[in-house]
Amino acid sequence: MDQILINILNGVSSGLLLFMLSSGLTLIFSMMGVLNFAHASFYMIGAYFAYSLTGLIGFWPALVLAPLGVGVLGAVFETTALRRAHKFGHVPELLITFGLSYVVLELVQIFWGRTPLAFDPPALLQGPAFTVIQSSGDLGVALGAANDALCQGASKCSRFPMTRAFMMLVALGMLVALWLLLTRTRIGLVIQASLTHPEMVEALGHNVPRVFMLVFGSGCALAGLAGVIGGVTFVTEPAMAAVVGSIIFVVVVVGGMGSLAGAFIASLLIGLLQTLPLTVDASLADLIKLLGGHVSDKSAWWPIMRITLAQAAPILPYLLLVLILILRPRGLLGTREG
Amino acid sequence: MSEATYAVELRDLRKSFGKTEIIRGTSLAVKAGERVAIIGPNGAGKSTLFNLISGRFGPTSGEIHLRGERIDGRAPYEIARRGLARSFQVSNLFTRLSVFENVRCAVLWAMGYRYAFWRFLADLKDANDRAEQVLRMIKLERRRNHLAMNLTYAEQRALEIGITIAGGADVVLLDEPTAGMSRSETSRFVELIREITVGKTLLTVEHDMGVVFGLADKIAVLVYGEVIAFDTPDAVRANPRVQEAYLGSVLGQGH
Amino acid sequence: MPTTSEHLTRRDWLVWLGFAALLAVAPMVWRTSFAQTMLSQVGIAIIACLAYNMLLGQGGMLSFGHAVYSGLGSFIAIHALNLAAAGKLGIPVSLMPLVGGLAGLFFAAILGYVTTKKSGTTFAMITLGVGELVASMSLMIPEFFGGEGGIQGNRVFGQPVLGINFGPQIQVYYLIALYCFVSTAAMYAVTRTPLGRILNAVRDNPERVEFIGYSTQHVRYLAFMISGFFSGIAGGLGALNYEIVTSEVVGAARSGGYLLFVFLGGATFFFGPILGAVLLVIALVLLSELTKAWLLYLGIVFLIMVMYAPGGLASLIMMNLRVAAFGKLKRLWRHYIPLTLAGLIALTGAAAMIEMVYHLQLNQALGPSMQFLGLTLDASGAPSWLAALAVFVVGVALFEWVRRGFGREWNRIQDEIAVEIARREAA
Repeated sequence: MDQILINILNGVSSGLLLFMLSSGLTLIFSMMGVLNFAHASFYMIGAYFAYSLTGLIGFWPALVLAPLGVGVLGAVFETTALRRAHKFGHVPELLITFGLSYVVLELVQIFWGRTPLAFDPPALLQGPAFTVIQSSGDLGVALGAANDALCQGASKCSRFPMTRAFMMLVALGMLVALWLLLTRTRIGLVIQASLTHPEMVEALGHNVPRVFMLVFGSGCALAGLAGVIGGVTFVTEPAMAAVVGSIIFVVVVVGGMGSLAGAFIASLLIGLLQTLPLTVDASLADLIKLLGGHVSDKSAWWPIMRITLAQAAPILPYLLLVLILILRPRGLLGTREG
Repeated sequence: MSEATYAVELRDLRKSFGKTEIIRGTSLAVKAGERVAIIGPNGAGKSTLFNLISGRFGPTSGEIHLRGERIDGRAPYEIARRGLARSFQVSNLFTRLSVFENVRCAVLWAMGYRYAFWRFLADLKDANDRAEQVLRMIKLERRRNHLAMNLTYAEQRALEIGITIAGGADVVLLDEPTAGMSRSETSRFVELIREITVGKTLLTVEHDMGVVFGLADKIAVLVYGEVIAFDTPDAVRANPRVQEAYLGSVLGQGH
Repeated sequence: MPTTSEHLTRRDWLVWLGFAALLAVAPMVWRTSFAQTMLSQVGIAIIACLAYNMLLGQGGMLSFGHAVYSGLGSFIAIHALNLAAAGKLGIPVSLMPLVGGLAGLFFAAILGYVTTKKSGTTFAMITLGVGELVASMSLMIPEFFGGEGGIQGNRVFGQPVLGINFGPQIQVYYLIALYCFVSTAAMYAVTRTPLGRILNAVRDNPERVEFIGYSTQHVRYLAFMISGFFSGIAGGLGALNYEIVTSEVVGAARSGGYLLFVFLGGATFFFGPILGAVLLVIALVLLSELTKAWLLYLGIVFLIMVMYAPGGLASLIMMNLRVAAFGKLKRLWRHYIPLTLAGLIALTGAAAMIEMVYHLQLNQALGPSMQFLGLTLDASGAPSWLAALAVFVVGVALFEWVRRGFGREWNRIQDEIAVEIARREAA
């Protein structure tokens, strides 16, 4: 029970990280029609920037400066390269971000090496946020690390890391800030309008090139922020972009292209889908046996039936993608066609 | 075939986009071979009406009948296969194909070639002949190898119409075919439209009253999503409701 | 491309004959076993890239996960090969690529049904997701995918037919060359059929296609399946060629490679992917040996191409051929030669800097000095860096200076050509 609670929280926190990434992606896509294939690359740059800055000025200033740095990089890329591809259409724009992802991966490996970095969380974020103690049917929660005496004998302890709790805090804070920005400020209204009527926004005379630069830079900054958090919670390594890259595209398709609320729901759903099954060691074969059927390693389809849910966890988001495409092609809350 | 089967019939058609109702209970019955011009102030819903009839989107409620068969809610290609073709106000061409290829593509389904990947285009004599014929009708034979995107504006409008009628549809919808043309281009174009839509049922959206009176047997006046008059040109001109909608000014001109 | 005569002209026949002759004669010109290996790889890559371009260049469909179909073709083919070697399947080795093709067709039919429900960028992301799905599953089902080690096979079994048992690489090469020629011809033929042309129309204006009676989804789905078939053939040939299939054949890296090189070769012309396939093998085999920074070079070249020549190498060639057809190519040589020289200078400077950085990162144990084009550079010292930077800057400045003059001359020529065309039409 305690483990389930922790797992749910793990899933939610992963989902919130995915939302930090997919919200930036959705904003860029909605305002500019560009699908930023290199979004996960900016996520990775954020982690690496923060790692280096932490070494120089400490984690907390890095938490602020690294995303800003990533945002500046994004803005520079938009004005120099992306803009040129813009006049050739949406496919070349997508291709140029695709090319950027290759270049970023190589550059990161040049400057920081190919092995994972020891990006340790600051003292404040180390250790567990709280511990769930289960003993003989009772469930208790202790803040921080529960002392060893409590965790021995009949009780089981599950710890929820402080870094993950911080991730949820930052993600929720970002969510609130985004909501306030979109609903309470003028620029927010413009962004909301462009989520459904991008041509009209252009026609209304907003300085479109500058808005594009700001939007792309901001989206990348959000990805960079997610990178700082992700880098310190998980592993900071060159593969971190690939790990999260394709998942965020699944998120935006499942949630519905151009829908922030959809991206939010889909993020949580997929975060849970990736985490919760990890504890289930049962497979289809077990299920069949449970229902009274007979199956062994000589049966047809055995290679598929013996796969446990835990082993299948990595592909579940993609199966969800396929399911959504068959049952509800426009996504959960989709408004516009991609 | 009974007199009661109209070529195109709209029954209490309604279309809302979100909370805004654009088409509010429109009814219209067009007989086969009739040439109808749809006029009305901007925002009246004329293009929306065409989009509904051709299947670009479906109505919120109401019915659309093509030769007695219900077509509302059907996909555009299903409606096109039933012999209804439409042109677009903004030329909607196959930009990187040549003029000849543009027209030939429009012919393929009607000639039954479907998704054939086992026959060569060069061998399809009937399709190629028909495409040549359409090219002669729209007077673009000399430009047959030019890419559609390299044509002049008027040539593109001609190609637009060519694609529309190439498949031999007997119900043709033309959405502001003369939009953006000069006076001389317009009158030449009207001649062209008259020639190539002989014997067909024609519905055309137009702003230019000269074109309207030159082409149409009947005029339907669309105001705020409703047809307020559907009659011969003279009767429509004398209609007080129409005069009120147009403040009397526009209909007096251009004849 | 505008068609003048639709039936194949004598020049067309010559081109095809030349292609066949090239395929037949190449291993006699380049005789080493290394060359044979590379030529075999080029033959396979040509089929895969042309199949990919059926979607990208002809259909306007951007797929990030096309390695799935060639990869699954490889896996099915090698399992079939093993079954045949064990006497359980009576299919000769020479027909194994067709087995791969049918596998590619089968999976394209299943996965393509879902994938082609959407278009544009959504389609692209779905292909990414489906690609990841299959790549992830490859680790979960070692019975089919062979786990880390992959599946091995043996293409030599049974009695040789007419002395051919596909043991030597040269025999495999000619099998590949045969499939390459036939597949290329077949895919070219498709471009001249109703489906092929409507596919182009879907690329140019998917909305209008619906109004002329075609369902864009059906068209895309059919194209997807045909492309899957030929991708599977390439995969089957790969299984025979390497006699081992590992899960990387369905991976994102390979899918990305198809996209990258088809685009570089040129997606807008039929022969562009053939150029792309050659570039692919050169990059993967030669460039990667030459320098550790090859992926970076590739990425940078790709970015430059997208920004300045989105039609790829093929479009650059065709633009110049067009100028040559009007007899004006001579005037451009005055600019091309200095342009190339300046470009090479800039490239040398940039490459020196990039190689020094890579050397510092990856070869630390060897010390800071390194060989570059016969010179010894000290990667940790300022002089080498300043020199490289200076060479780069000079190259870029020269390039820019020559490019201006070139641009003016090019525009002049284009105007003259337009006038000439108008004159010929009026005559």
